[in-house]
Amino acid sequence: MEKMARVTTALGGNALTGRTMFCHLDAPANAISVCRDAAQVVVAGRNIFKIYSIEEDQFVEKLNLRVGRKPSLNFSCADVVWHQMDENLLATAATNGVVVTWNLGKPSRNKQDQLFTEHKRTVNKVCFHPTEVYMLLSGSQDGYMKCFDLRKKDSVSTFSGQSESVRDVQFSIRDYFTFAATFENGNVQLWDIRRPDRYERMFTAHNGPVFCCDWHPEDRGWLATGGRDKMVKVWDMNTTRAKEIYCVQTIASVARVKWRPECKHHIATCSMMVDHNIYVWDVRRPFIPSAMFEEHKDVTTGIVWRHLHDPYFLLSGSKDSTLYQHIFKDASQPIDRANPEGLCYSLYGDLAFAAKESLISSDSNRKPYIGDRRHPIFFKRKLDPTEQFEYISSSSALSVFETDMESGSMDWFVHTAKQYALAGRPLAELCDHNAKVAKGLDRNQVAQTWTMLRIIYSSLGTVSSANLNHSMGKGSATLPLMNSFNLKDIPSGLGSESRLDRSKGENRTENILMDSSSTLINNEDNEETEGSDVPADYLLGDVEADEDDLYMMDHENPHAEEQEYSLPQEAFPLRHEIVDNPSALDHLQDKADSPHVSGNEAETVSLTPVESFSLISISHSLYENRLPTDFFNPIVRDTLLFYAEQGDVQTAVSVLIVLGDRIRKEIDEQTQEHWYTSYIDLLQRFQLWNISNEVIKLSTCRAINCLNQASTTLHINCSNCKRPMSNRGWICDRCRQCASMCAVCHHVVKGLFVWCQGCSHGGHLQHIMKWLETSSHCPAGCGHLCWRARYRRSSAAPWSGPTPPSPTPSSCSGSPSPGRSSCAGSPTTRGRALPGVCGAAAEAAGSGQAGQ
Amino acid sequence: MNRLGPGPVGSATAASAAGQYRVCGNCRKVPRQEKRVQVSPPLTRGPSAFIPENEVMQANGLDERTNLLVEEYSTSGRLDNITQVMSIHTQYLESFLRSQFYMLRMDGPLPLPYRHYIAIMAAARHQCSYLINMHVDEFLKTGGIAEWLNGLEYIPQRLKNLNEINKLLAHRPWLITKEHIQKLVKTGENNWSLPELVHAVVLLAHYHALASFVFGSGINPERDPDTSNGVRLIAVNNFCVCDLANDNNIENASLTSSNFGITDSLSELEALMERMKRLQEDKEDEEASQEEMATRFEKEKKESLLVISGAFDDEIVSTDVSRYIEDPGFGYKDFARRGEDHLPTFRAQDYTWENHGFSLVNRLYSDIGHLLDEKFRMVYNLTYNTMATHEDVDTTTLRRALFNYVHCMYGIRYDDYDYGEVNQLLERSLKVYIKTVTCYPERTTKRMYDSYWRQFKHSEKVHVNLLLMEARMQAELLYALRAITRHLT
Repeated sequence: MEKMARVTTALGGNALTGRTMFCHLDAPANAISVCRDAAQVVVAGRNIFKIYSIEEDQFVEKLNLRVGRKPSLNFSCADVVWHQMDENLLATAATNGVVVTWNLGKPSRNKQDQLFTEHKRTVNKVCFHPTEVYMLLSGSQDGYMKCFDLRKKDSVSTFSGQSESVRDVQFSIRDYFTFAATFENGNVQLWDIRRPDRYERMFTAHNGPVFCCDWHPEDRGWLATGGRDKMVKVWDMNTTRAKEIYCVQTIASVARVKWRPECKHHIATCSMMVDHNIYVWDVRRPFIPSAMFEEHKDVTTGIVWRHLHDPYFLLSGSKDSTLYQHIFKDASQPIDRANPEGLCYSLYGDLAFAAKESLISSDSNRKPYIGDRRHPIFFKRKLDPTEQFEYISSSSALSVFETDMESGSMDWFVHTAKQYALAGRPLAELCDHNAKVAKGLDRNQVAQTWTMLRIIYSSLGTVSSANLNHSMGKGSATLPLMNSFNLKDIPSGLGSESRLDRSKGENRTENILMDSSSTLINNEDNEETEGSDVPADYLLGDVEADEDDLYMMDHENPHAEEQEYSLPQEAFPLRHEIVDNPSALDHLQDKADSPHVSGNEAETVSLTPVESFSLISISHSLYENRLPTDFFNPIVRDTLLFYAEQGDVQTAVSVLIVLGDRIRKEIDEQTQEHWYTSYIDLLQRFQLWNISNEVIKLSTCRAINCLNQASTTLHINCSNCKRPMSNRGWICDRCRQCASMCAVCHHVVKGLFVWCQGCSHGGHLQHIMKWLETSSHCPAGCGHLCWRARYRRSSAAPWSGPTPPSPTPSSCSGSPSPGRSSCAGSPTTRGRALPGVCGAAAEAAGSGQAGQ
Repeated sequence: MNRLGPGPVGSATAASAAGQYRVCGNCRKVPRQEKRVQVSPPLTRGPSAFIPENEVMQANGLDERTNLLVEEYSTSGRLDNITQVMSIHTQYLESFLRSQFYMLRMDGPLPLPYRHYIAIMAAARHQCSYLINMHVDEFLKTGGIAEWLNGLEYIPQRLKNLNEINKLLAHRPWLITKEHIQKLVKTGENNWSLPELVHAVVLLAHYHALASFVFGSGINPERDPDTSNGVRLIAVNNFCVCDLANDNNIENASLTSSNFGITDSLSELEALMERMKRLQEDKEDEEASQEEMATRFEKEKKESLLVISGAFDDEIVSTDVSRYIEDPGFGYKDFARRGEDHLPTFRAQDYTWENHGFSLVNRLYSDIGHLLDEKFRMVYNLTYNTMATHEDVDTTTLRRALFNYVHCMYGIRYDDYDYGEVNQLLERSLKVYIKTVTCYPERTTKRMYDSYWRQFKHSEKVHVNLLLMEARMQAELLYALRAITRHLT
């Protein structure tokens, strides 16, 4: 039959023609359906029920089926369907639960044929049998499906879904007896029309209501469903268990799905809310629609392909009271606008870069790189000859760049975090100390910054202008390189631009920003670096000299610091005799002394030195007029912003803490909070719990400060009687037993008690540490592998103490990557609770709060 | 603490003679003197003034229920009376608490103090001092600025802008248009982002509805001094206890006139069940014409006009509450006033919660949709198949009638519902109660509560309250979300 229809159209020579066009309806449409001959369309809605004929370039209203003076709810249609066998036959589902059939062959004005008032609630869907003339199926809100024989007055059979409302019913195209029904609770049921007592199969297709389904016109086993969970899924029903074979994620709940004729993998969808467009997806490429129709101004409520065998004409009705005919060649193809380049970091800092092949191969700068650590892999997507769509560029090249582990190392971060002094001493001392730390790690620019800060804020007026000028000039010239990649031969416009700009050097901030971006193209290998014409030792030597000068001045005016002095604030006032922390620190300092890989970073910074911009005039006036210290605040602020922008949020936060009120007002609260959270997040990823707590404590942001005050109480139960312990942590009031015994020395632990979250045994921090050096089992002999547990849950490490090299830090190192914008930590971590509050960390948090 | 048994309201301690006592506007009784308040007992034992304590405490499914309560207590550190009364319906309580917890404490677009302040604003529309007190505490605990509690003049303009929509939503949600939304969203520096607005709307609707529940179930003020300290707050805020007990002692003409004498209330129940059965079994019999159906809705709408709740023309709003509200005179006006039929009926099928409301809410304030969806579903489907003393009763029609009647008063019409059913199933005194609880909850009295469905258990009446509350919340949400959708398109 279908074949016949097609032949006749072909024979008749009336291949469909037309253009994109629309007509205004008087009221919003709820559903549309086409006549078999593709020449007429029926539109139904609450206040409309009309038939339009589709002419060459317009819609012409043929018939208004809403007759009678009094509007009846029977005309208020939720759905309409035109019989595909008999062009005089229509059926509508009314919102009041009535199913109405219409016979266009009736001579009277009122074409209403039959009225079935069997459903108690709104009927959501009606469906004619594809080959049987008199069989009509309906699905209703009341949870029932009913099958009607149009020759009889009542329903032939009733199917109870035994669950919530029915949203859609569809006869299978090929299986004469089968139909599918979708439900509000996310289920899909398959029924045999002869067996009304029980469904054949049922499976859960979506989370939330399944609004629609459609059988594939050719492939008998495929059923597409769309749900409120914004997904379109394609199920293969041939197997015994329905198998999901494709899934398309859309941006709004899916109201209708319709397979595209003659295209095996294409499906048209429209959504229930918010999104007004109609999409045609290739289910094999679920990420981007292959075509899109954007004409409607309100949600599209009905879509239908104009002809069973013609894939180029789509009709749609909408709540905006229009009826559209869309022509495929007018569709917009989102792929045109898609960005065909992709860039992504791997867990270990490798970088993959995919781009159009033409773009990469045509680049003349791309030179073969011998003996590198880079393994480019190229993929080429073959054009599918059966594909009806031509994608703009379906071939792309993917390059993968490996980073060597060392350049991605974050050792400098850990060392810096541990060694920086942030409070407790006069400003000048803090600055000097931190400068030294930075210098020790070969981070000269940071060292310079600290030195400058000291000069600006604590020894104003005695600095010789020449020195100041000099050091500032230098400060901007040497940039720390935190993370370098062999990205050099990626033909990025960024690199070349910055190379151009570098010679200008007129505007300081702009220049710095440009330079920072150019670090992207620098790498470890000096011979590969373009800017390496400047001898590295020249830079370094120069810096040394500066610093000596500065230290000299320091000796000349020690008294300037006096008013800066504040009472030392102990970050960890230890309340007990066990001295755990110093040992931990010692351990760390040992590590810091060892040679480390980031040492050569400074050498690789090989930017052309910026012309020393003139600050002489400023420094003169500074000398004479005694400018207030906040004269420099904007510059300091810019410096901090620069560091944060570059990914070195550590420096920004440290300076912020050290300068305290001097600079705080210059930077808006939100930025500060953002920096703090990023830094704290980083510290916690490196398991530097103590330092992160110190930072939290020292921060002046309320939002940050209160991080420390959340969940500072640990409620513990007595290990003997299992009842909550009261005030003292080591003795139980109820059973008069000492609860917290050290599993190693079997004495009561007063003070820092560290315990395994896995088996809840523990003891003195030092004892446990010592124990775990030699054994990975629990000292209590319970058999738990405490040491393993630590690796398994690295973010919530059961043991907190010295950090052994664990595989996690390298994975975190991706965060403060160069070229990525702004602060290192992701903003999504804001407000996160402290992970792994246990042992010493918990103790520290508690005491931190007590200290305030 | 010295507790008195259930007794006449407020009279217990007001006996002492003192000239400076103020007289409460509602019950004409003298509020307790402040210094005596430390020993002032709660009015009745138990969490509700309407329901005897032992009724609340003994309900089926005790184990499950205890677990749930213990869990709630350990997470929130308190067990307020609302929770206790709701715990009669354990299943529901679970989804209620989950959604309330989510909107008050979990990740969301609004800062925590804002959420509590919005709750205060919402509760104040119905002068529900119980909820206000509860959230004043929470507001301060979450770091809210104490100055805001002085009244609306002290809050930021942005929050103040919410007043209009709060007022409309509480009393006449059908008046909300997209212009209201635009006014909130596009006002320069004080604008609300859409997710924030949706969060606020959800909170407002939740607390309006919860106020209905509080008054409808006669929730007592918290008595435990170290939990929420209702007693202390009475002293602080000068609330007359009648505000809290909701027993206004006011004679209600329409109540006494209706058919609930001491007549055969048993046969009443039988009759109701008979009618329900008939409705369920032979719908064909009465096969009303479509036009007839349409007029029935109109009739029901109109009829709700007649269901008035007494002469409360000039209500005296205590100043402590009124500082949180603007335009206190604005109240529920019947959707269908005679003579002005220009307000279009909200067609439920055109904007349903399941299809449209959910999608929008979930899009802008993720996950709340699922929680609300679950809650609505739960309350709609909750049944124990019992009616008073009878078992194995299908109560679907009755529940649907209650739900749809509330929506009807808000002008929401279901095409597929025969509003004749409402008339058959809901007796007049129940209609009065429904209307009072949903539209003017602050006027609910114990009399009203007692006067309908005398044979029914208290737990069933709480069930009714839950239905009313959720129906109301959904109605408000539908109107607000529809306006937001229109704003978006």
